[in-house]
Amino acid sequence: MDDKREIAKTLYKTMGLTDAALNDPDIAHLVINGNMVVGAHLVPGLVVEPHETPNGVTVTMKVLAGSIIQKPVHLCFGMLPEDGLQEIIMDVTIEEHAKVSILAHCTFPNAKNITHKMQANIVIKEGAYYSYVERHVHAPGGLITVVPHAIVTVEKNATFKTDFELLRGKAGIIDINYETTCYEGSLLEMNAKVNGIDNDDITIRETGHLKGQGAVGVLTTRIAVRDNAKATVYNTLTAHAAFARGHVDCKEIIQDNGVAKAIPIVEVYHPKAHVTHEAAIGSVDDKQLQTLMARGLDEDEAVDLIIQGLLS
Amino acid sequence: MTILKLENVSLSLDEKPILNNLSVDFWEGHIHAIVGPNGAGKSTFSYVVMGLSGYRNITGTIYFKGQAINNLTVYERARLGISLGWQEPARFEGLTVAQYLKASKKDKGMSIEEAMDVVGLSPQEYLQRACDKTLSGGERKRIELASLLVMQPELVLLDEPDSGIDVEALERIFDAINILKERGSTVITITHSMAVLKKAEHAFLMCHGDIIDKGSIDKISGYFENKCIPCDHKNIPVLGEVQ
Repeated sequence: MDDKREIAKTLYKTMGLTDAALNDPDIAHLVINGNMVVGAHLVPGLVVEPHETPNGVTVTMKVLAGSIIQKPVHLCFGMLPEDGLQEIIMDVTIEEHAKVSILAHCTFPNAKNITHKMQANIVIKEGAYYSYVERHVHAPGGLITVVPHAIVTVEKNATFKTDFELLRGKAGIIDINYETTCYEGSLLEMNAKVNGIDNDDITIRETGHLKGQGAVGVLTTRIAVRDNAKATVYNTLTAHAAFARGHVDCKEIIQDNGVAKAIPIVEVYHPKAHVTHEAAIGSVDDKQLQTLMARGLDEDEAVDLIIQGLLS
Repeated sequence: MTILKLENVSLSLDEKPILNNLSVDFWEGHIHAIVGPNGAGKSTFSYVVMGLSGYRNITGTIYFKGQAINNLTVYERARLGISLGWQEPARFEGLTVAQYLKASKKDKGMSIEEAMDVVGLSPQEYLQRACDKTLSGGERKRIELASLLVMQPELVLLDEPDSGIDVEALERIFDAINILKERGSTVITITHSMAVLKKAEHAFLMCHGDIIDKGSIDKISGYFENKCIPCDHKNIPVLGEVQ
């Protein structure tokens, strides 16, 4: 048990965090290293059942109807070894009028050749709230492949918010694919922010189907690529009911030999629905750059600050 | 003593002459105003002095404290002591006002909190706000001025410092300009506004890419109010009919 505790603490440390959350009885957590559960703590209203598999874990998570989980639940998926495969299969149900926020740390600080896959099936029941913030820390070099895929159902008047953010390290190969179906009065917000360098290859597919009357969806993507990195963003919003409203917002900054593509798709199947999109790809905004340089920052410092802002 | 001197400076953009063999110098430690009609080249003057991209391909020479600066980049000029407050300042997605001001901060400038107070924006309320399109034009403009207060460059170019500013906030803008001067900066305002012109100590009338007169505020405001537009030549006043 002590070894597992130390591994959990090490994983947290790689994220730049102390183990305070692991000691807080009011903060639920689940810490996975590879295919091993190295820490788990639950709070009332939250049911989590992890099962170790040869290459990862399956996790069934449920927030019971009407339960409000006060503090964000910490999930930590990591691999301390240099090589390997981690497959996470998640089955998540947020029951009626329950509320939970997840802070997911995915840390692969020593990666030389690691693949991290997640396949999630998420159901957010009527009136429930589910926020999933996924923060990654990768090794500065090596090859890491991150493949988070999810199928999400957002039922009547429910809310689903997700953020994907690479805090540190080399993106590697990232292939995000979230497909969400939203019913009456529901709210969807999906955000992804990634910085690509070297030969990173980033693909983001975010899809929202606004099926119910008054459903609202916003897809926001911020990407910066430099060196020989590539990024392709497919943002799709479809609106099928009256007063469904959506917006797609994709901004990509490229430098050096970076390549960025944005493919926003908006489809509207009801005359009272409304979906908009904006996509901007290009180098750093010249006016922003010159403004900061007029304050004495050299070009590299100015670009770094602008990108830091874009990805913050 | 001259802090800034332009000698026979010309610039054409898309083959259209914008600055036309412009020669002028500015005394150190004063507040100067450049006035003139739309299209006279006033903003271009400030961009050329700052060395912004697209405004570097000039003929003639720009001297800052006696040193030719034509070949210096924007940030090299900034580090030498020149900076620019934009007519419509850039918005920065994701950066807070504090981060933006911190990027401008130099040792000799005032603290970020003091600067915000001078421009009439509460540090508690504004420093953690995003420096993006959620700010009004007037708020962003005042933050631009605050960034110059924390930088305290030797030469401040202010392009239309009053545009988008309401009457109440205008006094704060004037306060900031006076403080910049009191703390040692030379200020050159580019303006259409009589109110801004009258806060200066020396004025320059610009027309068709050249400074065609300079002198006291009363003298130049006379041109500007009464005789500058229209005139025989596009943007050139009828000399001799000036009060």
